[in-house]
Amino acid sequence: MKIEVQNYKDTRSGFGDGLLEAGKRNPKVVGLTADLTGSLKMGDFAKEFPNRFFQVGIAEANMVGIAAGLANGGYIPFTGTFANFSSARIYDQIRMVVAYSNKNVKICASHAGVTLGEDGATHQTLEDIGMMKMLPNMTVLVPCDYNQTKAATIAAAEHDGPVYLRFGRPKVANFTPADEPFVIGKAQMIQEGKDVSIFACGHLVWKAIEALPILKEMGINAELINIHTIKPLDVEAVLKSVAKTGCVVTAEEHMRNGGLGDSIAQVLAMNNPKPLEMVAVDDVFGQSGTPDELLKFYHLDTPDIVEAAKRAVSRK
Amino acid sequence: MIIKIKKFKFAEENELKLYFDNIMTINELKDVASQVRRDIIRMVHGCQSGHPGGSLGATDIVTALYFDQMHIDPKHFRMDGAGEDMFFLSNGHISPMLYSILARRGYFPVTELATFRRLGTRLQGHPTPVEGLPGIRVASGSLGQGLSVAIGAAQAKKLNGDDSLVFCLMGDGEQEEGQIWEAAMYAPAKNVDNLIAIIDYNKKQIDGSTDDVMNLGNMRAKYESFGWKVYECDGNDMQEIVDNLKEARENAHQGFSQIILAHTEMGFGVDFMMGTHKWHGTPPNDEQAANALSQLKETLGDY
Repeated sequence: MKIEVQNYKDTRSGFGDGLLEAGKRNPKVVGLTADLTGSLKMGDFAKEFPNRFFQVGIAEANMVGIAAGLANGGYIPFTGTFANFSSARIYDQIRMVVAYSNKNVKICASHAGVTLGEDGATHQTLEDIGMMKMLPNMTVLVPCDYNQTKAATIAAAEHDGPVYLRFGRPKVANFTPADEPFVIGKAQMIQEGKDVSIFACGHLVWKAIEALPILKEMGINAELINIHTIKPLDVEAVLKSVAKTGCVVTAEEHMRNGGLGDSIAQVLAMNNPKPLEMVAVDDVFGQSGTPDELLKFYHLDTPDIVEAAKRAVSRK
Repeated sequence: MIIKIKKFKFAEENELKLYFDNIMTINELKDVASQVRRDIIRMVHGCQSGHPGGSLGATDIVTALYFDQMHIDPKHFRMDGAGEDMFFLSNGHISPMLYSILARRGYFPVTELATFRRLGTRLQGHPTPVEGLPGIRVASGSLGQGLSVAIGAAQAKKLNGDDSLVFCLMGDGEQEEGQIWEAAMYAPAKNVDNLIAIIDYNKKQIDGSTDDVMNLGNMRAKYESFGWKVYECDGNDMQEIVDNLKEARENAHQGFSQIILAHTEMGFGVDFMMGTHKWHGTPPNDEQAANALSQLKETLGDY
């Protein structure tokens, strides 16, 4: 893939624009929010399709229930609120009326991870990927930039079944091609290499891209694969890459327990055990700070990926 | 008995238009309810688990809905409920009652009631659409969620220009769940007027009376203050139930949400199961089951 930064945009705007586009393509697409229309960038959809937009107020549990009812009636509801309130707060509701009941609800979770920033740990969910991937029937998407989040939103609308779509708050490099369709369950090759496989998702894909030239200078030819679909995991792509490189780094803005690295570790342990280093949050809550400060503090930054790759290669 | 043959025919052949014309007499509805109560006892006794008390208490309400008031097409069950009335059971633990009524109404063979709660059954302990049981649209059992789903289904009907109605039965103990009040606030605020909620108001829950566990206070005043039109009736008096449902039907589509507080008796129809919360989730033994069945007329033939 040719990596070219087109601009700097927030992934939540990718969601908002994707939702508008999905709404234009399919009249069954409806939106719901729990008092966060602006934060989730759902305003354009609400303006374009006022009859298909439901302001539920600060009542996330009710929102998910209503979404399940709308889905039962043949609609494709997209619920929008912060990631923490899209997951932990309403886990049982999602489990029972969405996942277990297999309703076509798209749970759209913004401001995920520490890059939410100054609001602090109460809002910085680092557990949601784990919770969501444990639910049968649930598809878990973590796109990496504006373009990909927009495409993922459109793909979620076309996918029949529950989806958890995770994205973030800050403006980040927008580098994936605008016209690239999002294929659920198909890992995205960013750069081929032979010495170490880096599997990253979300904001940390860009951090991993920044690590590539640094590693190259050190003589490490890294392969970078964007795992934008945590579930169903592209096991074939993972194993193929690992067979070639022989060691692995995972990078995610999430707790180590239950995250992408956990999923990859399971695949490795069961199929082809190889050295694995995880760039993730190590069993602690976040705190207030700027996104960049927090990525550094929690060792989720480019130098951390570089160090992890060095450790992985040395363990081969 | 004439009614026995006639109702079996309904269950087997689904003569839908007869119900649309609302021809069932109160006594016929009572006969159906009696058979449903027999089914409940036999199902719960058969697998030695389940919730007989609430099931018996709510039988009359749901019998009136499915055999008289709702416009439905059991033989052609549609998950989306397009063009027909829909029912959501929020307090899913009273599943034996719903399963019996669905079977007796023709959604699936009555013989399947014998599989209740057994490995591989479509009649799971709590209702779920996962096993493909006709008549079930969403899982329930984790309390407090049904009203929200029913609201969503009602909103979908509005978007579709579908004039049919959505009904939702909740427990009274379930009113202690916070999500109920999120939904209770939403429906009147958003003019959800194609929804009729019903509370199975038996004033009992697992740990005892609702007064002791969590005093529900004045439920009428609570719902009225949230903006609902509130009805109250004896939920074990078939005539009162039918009258209230009919009135609520007629008042639908007028810009306000409606709820019926149906005062019921847990265990209704079986003397030793009434007046106590003991039978909330306890199955009868052989002797108790025989005693219970001796009090309930077999009207449609046991499964």
